Amino acid sequence: MPAVQETVERVKSIDVDQYKYGFVTEIESEKAPRGLDEDTVRFISAKKNEPAWMLEWRLEAFRRWKTLQEPTWARVHYPKINYQDLYYYAAPKKKEGPTSLDEVDPEILKTYEKLGIPLREQEMLAGVQKSNVAVDAVFDSVSVVTTFKEELRKAGVIFCSISEAIREHPELVRQYLGSVVPITDNFFATLNSAVFSDGSFVYVPKGVRCPMELSTYFRINEQNTGQFERTLIIADEGAYVSYLEGCTAPMRDENQLHAAVVELVALKDAEIKYSTIQNWYPGDKEGKGGIYNFVTKRGDCRGARAKISWTQVETGSAITWKYPSCILRGDNSRGEFYSIAISNGHQQVDSGTKMIHLGKNTTSRIISKGIAAGVSNNTYRGLVSANRRATGARNFTNCDSLLIGDKCGAHTVPYIEAKNSSAVFEHEATTSKISEDMLFYCMQRGLSQEDAVALVVNGSVKDVLQHLPMEFAVEAQKLIAISLEGSVG
Amino acid sequence: MNAEIRPIRTPAEQALAASIEAARNTLPGAAGVKKLREAAAEAFIRSGLPHRRVEEWKYTDLRALVREAPPLAAPPDKNAFEQAKKLDPLPRLDARRLTLVNGAFVPELSDIASLEKGLTIVPLSRALAENNRFAQKIGELHPDTYDAALSLNTAFLNDGVLIEIADGAKLLRPIHIVNLHAGGTPSSTYARSLVVAGKNSEAVIVESFAGPEGVAYQRNSAIELQVGDKASFDFIRLQAEGAAALHLSTLLAKIGNDAKFALYPVTQGAAVSRFSVTLRFAGKGADARFAGATLLRGRQHADTTMMIHHMMPNGTSRELMKSALDNESRGIFQGRINVHPGAQKTDARMATHALMLSDKAESVNKPELEIFADDVQCGHGATSGAIDEALLFYFLARGIPRKEAEALLIHSFVAEPLEMIAHEGAREAMLARAEDWLKARS
Repeated sequence: MPAVQETVERVKSIDVDQYKYGFVTEIESEKAPRGLDEDTVRFISAKKNEPAWMLEWRLEAFRRWKTLQEPTWARVHYPKINYQDLYYYAAPKKKEGPTSLDEVDPEILKTYEKLGIPLREQEMLAGVQKSNVAVDAVFDSVSVVTTFKEELRKAGVIFCSISEAIREHPELVRQYLGSVVPITDNFFATLNSAVFSDGSFVYVPKGVRCPMELSTYFRINEQNTGQFERTLIIADEGAYVSYLEGCTAPMRDENQLHAAVVELVALKDAEIKYSTIQNWYPGDKEGKGGIYNFVTKRGDCRGARAKISWTQVETGSAITWKYPSCILRGDNSRGEFYSIAISNGHQQVDSGTKMIHLGKNTTSRIISKGIAAGVSNNTYRGLVSANRRATGARNFTNCDSLLIGDKCGAHTVPYIEAKNSSAVFEHEATTSKISEDMLFYCMQRGLSQEDAVALVVNGSVKDVLQHLPMEFAVEAQKLIAISLEGSVG
Repeated sequence: MNAEIRPIRTPAEQALAASIEAARNTLPGAAGVKKLREAAAEAFIRSGLPHRRVEEWKYTDLRALVREAPPLAAPPDKNAFEQAKKLDPLPRLDARRLTLVNGAFVPELSDIASLEKGLTIVPLSRALAENNRFAQKIGELHPDTYDAALSLNTAFLNDGVLIEIADGAKLLRPIHIVNLHAGGTPSSTYARSLVVAGKNSEAVIVESFAGPEGVAYQRNSAIELQVGDKASFDFIRLQAEGAAALHLSTLLAKIGNDAKFALYPVTQGAAVSRFSVTLRFAGKGADARFAGATLLRGRQHADTTMMIHHMMPNGTSRELMKSALDNESRGIFQGRINVHPGAQKTDARMATHALMLSDKAESVNKPELEIFADDVQCGHGATSGAIDEALLFYFLARGIPRKEAEALLIHSFVAEPLEMIAHEGAREAMLARAEDWLKARS
């Protein structure tokens, strides 16, 4: 279709090459020696002043990792990663323990300002847009600041970096860390267990509804580093928490590795809502550079009527390998997965979910929207299974893929396994391009072609967007426009 | 697929390898066929039986399911013919019968007199001995990737039936290829068939499988179908093996420009079975339909794996799979629609439904889409569940007993794909088979 001049300009400004978070912050940093052996693991553990049991845990994971092979089943292709050529720990050099924001390196604060992430509480409160989100900012390997801690403490909510939690709340960490994603889980999760450096920890006590949205902002800055963060969220009986995660990285020629692990534990009647906007650097037009995003995310509904909901907007990364899953152990528990995965340029996305029904009358819902453009490949890979004892299990799955251009690929690989007759599973998937009829209908009513496309695409992903918290929904909508409009025309 | 090194062989793999070794120099054929067999034998000896880490066989782990490999069946004698004759699973079907007993073509039990104009029927063993043009067509549709069942079949390539339908020929009667097993002790049989349907030809082919109950025989069968431009070709398949049998079969099809192809597989026999279909759209504007039913009870395990390659523009395909699973049976359907680059305007729909009639039944559905062209309409739907209580209630409220109501609902569920069979006689015969299955439901 012929693009009007205005569109061409706009597209230019938002091309994949124009990744707007691609700047580098010049800051002195402290790194572990390049490579990975037991000493690296010990180095990281010592840097964090961790107790002996934690070091043992890491070393066990590391020994296990050495015996594992990198998985090859996903539809992603990349040159072999040399795990000995990475830095496993990088932290901004700092004075002894910053207690207030004033002690945080101003360069880092500037970075987050540039990214539009407010870290100064007073500013946030005085701001025109009164946002009420507590933020934990993770810069390369360490958490630099966590906001609103005091207010959360009043409610009994613990929100801090995981390294702080290991020191301050060892009993909680010991009880739950690795209980959802064990150190033996998979190649990348095991690697993460050995070398994870920071991440967020949330504990919401019994019956507490967390008074504000919690958020972590991950930023990779250093060159040649891998980022391995670990997030652990526990919602005790009857608790509720909504958690958001955002990620960006500078533009670099080489590929960087990001292997995170997220564990959610929802006890009886608890609810956890986990939202992600993933916008790591996707690489340039020729597919050079970009983040390899190999992430293990899993939630465990341990008690009756627990609920875990994953919402994700995936627009970044050169490669995404990510399957946020729910183990529905408690009776009447519920799992949800809402996803928009957009791939453009040379991006490769292999993402989906697992809903493992173990308890009685468990329900789950999967809504996945994949949009592939350029020469990208976008795969939905999901498992829905019902155990013999999971009577009355129900699942509804809907996967829609939209293809923009004839060089991209969209794939659907669902596994549906029912081991008892009372499980009712429904699955539907479609793949198509934007319907000419729909476009014609809109244009006949006076919309320009560009607006019509935007309308149709937005309409097709609306089911997912509406599950994002307000602040994120706006950002996500903009991101989708950016990721897509570069390809229409 | 993980190319892993597994030096330890299961007893079944060792027996199969020994069997291949023994057969190696006794099987007929010219250099071309010998080469094909050698390559397949080598591939099997290298990779062995598939296990659950091999994605295509994830749910049918032959390393675990096949404990032993019985010896090759001896060529059938008069006695075997007599036994086999009684086993025809579709005796009332009015068709030209071609009978294979233990994988060997039996002219005495086949109707090869007064062939219609344009129809040629040749036993594979004769084609191999004469190295005629048919023999050279064998293996043309083999995929590049390793498949244990097909490789084994090729390694033992020996007999079967070759059918050619000339350009423009329209067969008046269906052809029924009857695969029977005779003998009271476990044995293995291999058969390979080929059908070449010329341009503008029309044919209905029925293929059936049956054998004695209670004998743990193993059958490996493969058929290649080459359907020419504008041909109309219906293939109906009934797998009604004996309850202790292992059944592995492969169907490879290639369809030309504007051809119409329909495949109706019905699975109800064997302890463990796997039916693998690979269908390639080699021409533009072709139309394919797949409508199958699987009816299982006891501890039966049946796997239907289907791959459809849309390689040319303007193709249409419709797939419908229905499985009724009783007792502790396990029904597996893996279907993949693969739209290759350039296959624009493809319109493909796949639906797979499992009806679970018992708490211990198990259904697995893996409907995949793999799409590399943008101007397409592709979709799939999958459901699994028990009989709808609301529907049952409707019957009960009208005084129809539960058993009968269930039977009616199951019938309406499984009959849908069978009613699509265009040939009346074949349709009636298949519906009757489904009816018998229902009646036997306790």
